[in-house]
Amino acid sequence: MVVNRRSFLRVSSLAGGGMLIGLYMKPQKAEAQFGPAAAPLPNNYIKIHPDGTVIIMAKDPEVGQGVKTMLPMLIAEELDADWKMVKVEQTDFDDTKYAGQFAGGSLATPFNWDPMRRVGAAGRELLVNAAAQTWGVPAEECSTAAGHVHHAGSKRSVSYGEIASKAASMPVPDLQKVKLKDPADYKIIGHSKRGVDTPRIVTGKPTFAIDFTLPNMLFASYQKCPVFGGKVVSANLDEIKTMPGVRDAFIVEGKVQDGTVVAQDPGLEPGIAIVADTWWQAQTARKKLQVKWDEGKGASQSTAGFAQKAEELSKQAPMKVIRKDGNPEGALQSAAKMVEGAYAYPFISHAPLEPQNCTAHWQGDKIEIWSNSQIPGGGRTLVAKTLGIPEKDVTIHMQRGGGGFGRRLTNDYMVESAWISKQINAPVKLLWSREDDFGHDYYRPGGFQYLKGGLDQSGKIVAWQNHFISWGDGEHPSPQSTMSATEFPARYIENYALNWSMQPLWLKTGALRAPGSNVYAFVIQSFIDELAHAAGKDPLEFRLALLENTPLPAPPPPPGRGGFGGPAFSAERTSGVLKLVREKSGWGKQSSGSGRAMGVAFHFSHMGYFAEVADVSVTPEKKLRVHKVWVAADIGSHIINPMNAENLCHGAVIDGLSELMGQQITLENGAVMQHNYDRHPMVRMSQAPEIEVHFLKTSNPPTGLGEPALPPILPAVCNAIFSASGTRIRETPLSKSGYGWA
Amino acid sequence: MAFQLTVNGRSSTVDVPADTPLLWVIRDVLKLKGTKYGCGIGQCGACTVHLNGKAVRSCLTPVSAAAKAPITTIEGLSAEGNHPVQVAWMEIDVPQCGYCQAGQIMSASALLARTPKPTDQEINSAMNGNLCRCGTYIRIRQAIHKAAEIATTSRLKKPSEVALGQGGAR
Repeated sequence: MVVNRRSFLRVSSLAGGGMLIGLYMKPQKAEAQFGPAAAPLPNNYIKIHPDGTVIIMAKDPEVGQGVKTMLPMLIAEELDADWKMVKVEQTDFDDTKYAGQFAGGSLATPFNWDPMRRVGAAGRELLVNAAAQTWGVPAEECSTAAGHVHHAGSKRSVSYGEIASKAASMPVPDLQKVKLKDPADYKIIGHSKRGVDTPRIVTGKPTFAIDFTLPNMLFASYQKCPVFGGKVVSANLDEIKTMPGVRDAFIVEGKVQDGTVVAQDPGLEPGIAIVADTWWQAQTARKKLQVKWDEGKGASQSTAGFAQKAEELSKQAPMKVIRKDGNPEGALQSAAKMVEGAYAYPFISHAPLEPQNCTAHWQGDKIEIWSNSQIPGGGRTLVAKTLGIPEKDVTIHMQRGGGGFGRRLTNDYMVESAWISKQINAPVKLLWSREDDFGHDYYRPGGFQYLKGGLDQSGKIVAWQNHFISWGDGEHPSPQSTMSATEFPARYIENYALNWSMQPLWLKTGALRAPGSNVYAFVIQSFIDELAHAAGKDPLEFRLALLENTPLPAPPPPPGRGGFGGPAFSAERTSGVLKLVREKSGWGKQSSGSGRAMGVAFHFSHMGYFAEVADVSVTPEKKLRVHKVWVAADIGSHIINPMNAENLCHGAVIDGLSELMGQQITLENGAVMQHNYDRHPMVRMSQAPEIEVHFLKTSNPPTGLGEPALPPILPAVCNAIFSASGTRIRETPLSKSGYGWA
Repeated sequence: MAFQLTVNGRSSTVDVPADTPLLWVIRDVLKLKGTKYGCGIGQCGACTVHLNGKAVRSCLTPVSAAAKAPITTIEGLSAEGNHPVQVAWMEIDVPQCGYCQAGQIMSASALLARTPKPTDQEINSAMNGNLCRCGTYIRIRQAIHKAAEIATTSRLKKPSEVALGQGGAR
């Protein structure tokens, strides 16, 4: 997103002096898919108080990605503020003021890099013009630094705080014409800044949604059917109502959208609400709950059944052809060597450490909500629709989330809290137990991919065929169950087919950090490795050679899609990070096959290019140790907050290792079998590798970092396992095949 | 049932059933929100507090077992937020989402109290019960070593004086 002619500034005076700058902006189509398609409406970002304090509003949901610090850094840089004088405040959700208030797709950086800097630059221009007018000198002769305007000729200087009131009355600059800094002069961008909430976090001050309280607030727990969408037939509510502290217990009929696939936000799920003075009382009462369920159409599903169905589908003609180039069947037959691999990966859960929770307060015919949602706009729509009130009567206050990973891109827990508050006509905090969270997630869809690849005499890939088996009714896929026609190595292999079949699913699915990519990279980069070994080539050099193929033309990006995958793929940038990781890891200098080896993989997603090398040992007893990981990244010209960027890369690698080793959600009789971290484990301190992060700065606009560092780590480790032990990993989690951490 | 608790040096009487987890007494009766609920089964360590100086999981500690010993929560770790572990966490900017960090800090400070200069192995054993869903383990380890160093210097910085260190990314 760039600022265009439809954007303009409004400046108004602050009560008590100072000024306030608003950016009017019409959201682009790409934003509309994550937030409401707002008409051009004002945003308010900067407040300068007479004492020089600069308050910068952070508009996006903070779930640990660092956006609450990063976006204000962009504004402060061009404002030429003194970062020590900056205070950051979280906005409410308000699409009459702010555009794109969501946390998803690693989009905050690409969407805001240009407009946030322009907001800051416009603020600076107003302050300079005000000082110049006061002094009777040309604005061009004035300069700014650290919250002051200076006039060198007359040796005069004024602080932003002193001149802010006058600045508010100055003519508003054209956002298109404001002067942006020469990046060589950056004092904030590219210079590490501590997370603005870190002091609160380390001292335990109330910071997260779960910590928020209201006077007379009650607590609720909500029991849903173990099978998605199942309805309550009867329950011992009379008994529950007599339990200590219980104020009410009632059945919620719910309104789940029916159909052949589960929708993205299917609506209020049926269940039983127990409301008590404290959450523990509600939970204690819940243990006595006896419910007769009508489990509905999901009740016969099982993980074993899914695998069997996928195997059947793999032997049949595909339901759809996503892409076909050349003659893949023929080229496979005439290939000098053919390699086959059947890959599988499970459903997994997001499990952010702060359990789902939301505070809601129904008052008359309006509702006020306090939420850590990653997409509050979607929550507002869902709540308004479900409660039958206009969207304008839903107010959402945004609160820090204890992790997101995509889980809070759906607002099931928000609509539940809203419904309960309306029913009891009181302020209420709904809190899910950890077991609720694992049992009722929007799971990362599992799936199956059946690959064939052909090599010619020289060891070059001449054919690639993939039968991708996911979820849906044959026409409509379940959410996050698709694969792009431009996903690498499409375009780089002349005979290529991506075929697709679906099997039915009655379970919520959704985006998990680097959605799609977190499995595509595992499958594709593992299979490229299989081909490299079959060709007798070095896996890293084999990849570089593949990237040198002349690609088939790239299609234009689909409307509204900002570059999640294929169309914008640059082989040059990919080669850049591969070469960097080759150098930094000392690739090829370590002998392999002795139970310890390096593996490599790369992936392009969310506009970021990542190559990773993992140094791995594996014992004959399948005990695994990842000694060290090297991350090489190209996310453009600037790393806005370097220390946070490094932290996010560490986290992405560790998150990927958790997915690889032990995580799976399985179903029996339609119900999820894993309900806590003991059965869906996360990497722990002793298992975490050393990680070295290197950024390759290229002349491309900065892009996001929440997601794209994750995908390559899974195949990098699997490829290292092959080199170290000769065993090719084609299924995750590794624990299913008997692996464990050393 | 009434229990006399001493939390962060302050004595209070709470009237709850004997099997109520200490976590929920701390959060919803005493209204100290720094101690976090993550799993409820002692798997994640987000609820870690000090009971008689030892790190315990408050989600698994019934209030009846906590009535006779001093309890310290993150809010009471230091008066000014400048316990060496807190200072180190600030300097290295450990958190991502931050939700687990109170528990991490309580486990780390209990470790340092008994082992002032822990090895990596000792850090592993003391910290393995604390999950960080965001994966900040490298920074946590770094910060524990840093805190050990800070603890040996004579004067503690105020939180406002703590400068941000530098990460290793190039």
